[in-house]
Amino acid sequence: MEPQLGLIEQSFHVRYSDGVREALDELGDSFLITDPSISGHPIVFASSAFLKIFGYSKDQVIGKNGRMFQGPKTNRRSVLEIREAIRQEKAIQISLLNYRKDGTPFWMLFHMCPVFAKEDGRVVHFLGVQVPILRKSGVVRNPSKLCEDGTGFLGCCRREVTSDSVMEVGRGLALDYLLNSDDRELEIDQPCEASELEKRKAATAISNILSVLAHYSASEVTGRLVCGKACCLSGMGLGASINISFGRIKQSFVLTDPHLHDMPIVYASDAFLKLTGYARHEVLGRNCRFLSGLDTVSATQFQIAECIRNERPCTVHILNYRKDKTSFWNFLHISPVRNATGKVAYFVGVQISSSCNSQGKQGLSPAMEHLSVVGAVKVAVRSLSIGASTS
Amino acid sequence: MLTIKKVPTVVSNYQEDGDDNNNAAGIRTEDATQSQARGCARNCLGKCCLPVSKLPLYAFKKNDYPSKNNAVFPSDDGVSPISFLNNLLLAQWEDRMRRGLFRYDVTSCETKVIPGRYGFIAQLNEGRHLKKRPTEFRIDQVLQPFDENKFNFTKVGQEEVLFRFESNDDDKSRFFSSYAVDICSISPSVVAINVSPIEYGHVLLIPRVLDCLPQRIDHESFLLALYFAKEAADPFLRVGYNSLGAFATINHLHFQAYYLSVTFPIEKAPTRRIMTRKGLQGADLVVSELLDYPVRGLVFEGGCVLRDLSDAVASSCIYLQQNNIPFNVLIADCGRKIFLLPQCYAEKQALGEVSLEVLETQVNPAVWEISGHMVLKRRKDYDDASEDYAWKLLSEVSLSGVRFESVKACVSKATGLQVEVDTYNIDQKECIYDSEAPQVASHMQRDCPAIH
Repeated sequence: MEPQLGLIEQSFHVRYSDGVREALDELGDSFLITDPSISGHPIVFASSAFLKIFGYSKDQVIGKNGRMFQGPKTNRRSVLEIREAIRQEKAIQISLLNYRKDGTPFWMLFHMCPVFAKEDGRVVHFLGVQVPILRKSGVVRNPSKLCEDGTGFLGCCRREVTSDSVMEVGRGLALDYLLNSDDRELEIDQPCEASELEKRKAATAISNILSVLAHYSASEVTGRLVCGKACCLSGMGLGASINISFGRIKQSFVLTDPHLHDMPIVYASDAFLKLTGYARHEVLGRNCRFLSGLDTVSATQFQIAECIRNERPCTVHILNYRKDKTSFWNFLHISPVRNATGKVAYFVGVQISSSCNSQGKQGLSPAMEHLSVVGAVKVAVRSLSIGASTS
Repeated sequence: MLTIKKVPTVVSNYQEDGDDNNNAAGIRTEDATQSQARGCARNCLGKCCLPVSKLPLYAFKKNDYPSKNNAVFPSDDGVSPISFLNNLLLAQWEDRMRRGLFRYDVTSCETKVIPGRYGFIAQLNEGRHLKKRPTEFRIDQVLQPFDENKFNFTKVGQEEVLFRFESNDDDKSRFFSSYAVDICSISPSVVAINVSPIEYGHVLLIPRVLDCLPQRIDHESFLLALYFAKEAADPFLRVGYNSLGAFATINHLHFQAYYLSVTFPIEKAPTRRIMTRKGLQGADLVVSELLDYPVRGLVFEGGCVLRDLSDAVASSCIYLQQNNIPFNVLIADCGRKIFLLPQCYAEKQALGEVSLEVLETQVNPAVWEISGHMVLKRRKDYDDASEDYAWKLLSEVSLSGVRFESVKACVSKATGLQVEVDTYNIDQKECIYDSEAPQVASHMQRDCPAIH
């Protein structure tokens, strides 16, 4: 499953004006930017410092999911905590064991933060900064022994650098350490706490990156502002977590919101865009009737409207039209979908084009394919508005 | 003999006939046995009907050998495309919803995450529990023989079965939309709906349904449940098990599973490693204990192949069964993490030791409740639901520190692993010292604060 590189290019290009990549690289920090609205939640930008520390080339990283830098000894709970932060659209700072391209593991402080669009409060990207955690050079090899200064095992991880002025030197040393040190193997089993300095470094990097992003998005070209805080929420945007859940569904489907005027599309899968030939921004916000055309039987459209009014599922064969005006028979299924309040929050529409194989590669009949999408959407939407996020 | 009274949950539309027949003391027993001999026109899962039936079959590939990079699980479930098994399960379940086989639409029930540290999940479900008179359940015997006069899953109608789930000897998993059931060569294992679902997709996994196994863990069946979690490859589909005495509804071997796309409180609890079996290339089998959670429990992870993990848990469960300790099991994170939770709530309830306030909410703490997902029957309880309430309820479930130590000893014996206290591998920043822990190795312990 390779997310289209075109979408990835778009992710950055649509939001930020030219020069943003250079400006980001000038910061010198190691970080990644990911887009949760693209299927697979892929990386859309990797700083050159990141590529250097991890030993990858740009092409090996763009389009992939951040999981690729984890390995067998990466603490699973930490991974789950990060996933939970994504779900709740919150920032997180956590020590994590990552792996370089050559397979060598190392500890780093991972600081992730959501990037919100000012216009509708949606999360448009996640920003992840990596600060390598340094250990005292003479760290003991036998894990059952205390460090000689008696500060306990946590003390063994901390560098004795407290002054800000050493930050520059520290960064250079960090890189050198990672690229040259031989005795890392024995240390990786022990969980590692970052120093205050390293934490400050991560926070500063985040703040600098967000400034650059805000600066380059405030131009006339894109007209869309990004910021580090959720400014407002609108009915249109769906959260990062549900975007990721929807991204796992490979079939063509849309989600429409019956509570908004004219019941617009609020989500469209990649497969839907591929089937109809439209770009995402051309369909979001519009009612599905644009897919119908001259020869579409109006009785069918009426049948659909009736079912929606009665909050009942329905299945129809309807003649639809692509962007290029060619027509196709759409085996369409529509179903109401409820959220945590128990009330109908959306309708899902699943499209199967008759020109595709009637028996999907998966071995489910078309009718079953409809239902599997409905089920997956129901599970995802069920936790919408479920309420309080935890501390 | 200790018993409690509770209204049994109805998991099948065929359940009430059987139970009713047998609850009226002796009078209608003959009717019950007669209806079995009739070879029913019901299209059930008994020996009468199955041999002439066809069911969908998902035959998964068993993975008994370590893979090249020693990864038992893929690294990207949660973002990778939904697995075929998952799609199959969702489609079939939604289909049964359309056919009206469930007693209510669970997605119409309000649900919320309670504000607090752990985010316990509460659901208001006034229709789940019947307004029938409660039945007596014996709770002091974890091992009870199968009783064919009581309701069991061979009596379930085939429309409640979604598909068979069994292993194959092939190089990959396969699906057959309609496969004849040859009961001579194999005892089919099935996935059926729970007609009183706790959440969307609530199903029952019944290993070797015709063998009429009582509700007790065995190695093969546990492995089946673990493969189910793994093949579904969805971190939000968890598999659970309740032993007798720990609120199992039916004494016919079954596991449960359903979807909920939030993290369960128990999955957030910190842990401390207490036993390790070293494996190749870092694939250690690790047993940890839960910290800072109202119920004491163990977490099993790792192993070179799935079977290692499965056998460690199954052996531990068998040991608990033989020592008459009721327990619940939660399989989470697609099978990577397995929680083993011994409990004593039913015993306390039978002895009248549970507070009235908690009893009145009528929550039976089975695996889902212990994991942090509670279904409440009364609007008042739902509106007032708090983390305090959840903590209070679950504290009644937990074994005491002393009793839990003996469970650890059981597990140690069952798995052949030594209990160690590796102070350099705690997930928490604080150092914790349990004064009753055996074989405390490190000299560092003495300076650390003690916990309850």
